Amino acid sequence: MKKPLQLFLTFFKIGAFTLGGGYAMLTLVEKAVVDQKKWIPNDEFWDMIAVVQSLPGVFAVNTALYVGHRVAGTKGAFAAMLGAIIPSITIILLLATVFHEYRDQPVVERIFKGIRPCVVALILAPSLRMIKSAKVTWKTAIIPIAAAFLIWWCKISPAYVILSAIAGSLIYALIINKKSKEKEVNS
Amino acid sequence: MIYLQLLWVFVKIGVLGFGGGYAMLSLIQHEVVDHYAWMTTAEFTDMVAISQMTPGPISINLATYVGYNTAGIGGSLLASFALCLPSIIMVYLIIKLFISKKNNALMNNTLKGLKPAIAGLIFAAGLSMMNLQNFPDFGRGQSNISVMICALAFAASYFFKANPILLIVLSGVVGLIVY
Repeated sequence: MKKPLQLFLTFFKIGAFTLGGGYAMLTLVEKAVVDQKKWIPNDEFWDMIAVVQSLPGVFAVNTALYVGHRVAGTKGAFAAMLGAIIPSITIILLLATVFHEYRDQPVVERIFKGIRPCVVALILAPSLRMIKSAKVTWKTAIIPIAAAFLIWWCKISPAYVILSAIAGSLIYALIINKKSKEKEVNS
Repeated sequence: MIYLQLLWVFVKIGVLGFGGGYAMLSLIQHEVVDHYAWMTTAEFTDMVAISQMTPGPISINLATYVGYNTAGIGGSLLASFALCLPSIIMVYLIIKLFISKKNNALMNNTLKGLKPAIAGLIFAAGLSMMNLQNFPDFGRGQSNISVMICALAFAASYFFKANPILLIVLSGVVGLIVY
C-alpha cells in the first residue's frame, strides 16, 4: 500500500476513535508511527512534537501535517490531515442534521437543560487546574484575572488579549534568555 | 458574505488558537455568540456538549457545527478548512526554516508566559456561559437544580478528574428526571 494512503488510514482510525482531544491522540500516533510502522525514530518523533506543541491551531492537525510531511512529503501531509479531520466532520454533520430535527422535542430539551450547567463546570474546572499548573503566584494572579475580566465583563475580543499576552511574554522570554546568556559569559 | 465571514473568523481562530481546544472555545464563543450573534449562549453550550462527546479534535467539531448552522454543508466544510489553513502554512514554514527543538527555546519560554493568560481566557468562556439561558431556574425561588448540577460536576471534574463524557451523560439523565 502506498504511504499517503497508509497515513490517511492511520490518522482516520485515530481521528474516529479518540475521545478527549489532541493529547489523548498523541500516544496512539506514537504507537502507530513509531512502534508499528517504524516511519520515524522515537527521539525524532518527540522532538517534532515539542515543536508542534508550540504552534497555535488544532494540535491534531498540526501533528498529522508534520508527521505526514516527514513520511511522504506534501501528499503525505495532506493525506494525514484529511484522515485526522474527516471522521470529525462526518460525525458532526450527521449529528447536526439529526439535532436540528429533534432539538425542539421536549425530551431532548429536558436532557440538554441538565447538560448545560455541567458543560459550564467542565470549562471552569480545567481553567483552574491550568492556573495551578502554570505556577501562578499571588503576584502573577493578576494576569488570568485581568484576562478573564476583560473578556467576560468588558467584552473585549480574546484575540486582543492573546496578542497582548504574546507581546508581554515575548519581552519576558527575551529578558530571561539574555540573563542566562550573561550568566554563561560570566562563569 | 456569510462564507467570507466564516473564512475570516476561523482563519483568525487558527492563527491565534494557542493552548489547545479549550482556549479556542473562548475565541469561537466571542465571534459566534457575542460578535456575529449566529447562536445563543444555550445553543453554543449544546454544541460544546456534543463536541465533547464525539471523537476528534473539539475545535474541528465546533467549526463544523458552526459552519453547518450558519451556511449548511458548504459552510461546515469551509469553516473546518479555514481552521486548518494557518496550520498548513505554519507547518510548512517550520519545515522550510529548519526550526528544531534547540532554536525553539525562545518560543517555548514565550508559551510558558502565555499560559496564565490562556487560563484566564478559558475561565472567561465559562463565566460567559453562566446566564439564565443555561441556568433557567437560578434565583427564582425555585430549587436551583442547575446550580447544583454545575457545582457537583465542577467538584467531580476538579478534584477527582472524572471523565467529562460520563458527567455529561449523568447530567442529561438528571435533567430528564427532574425537569
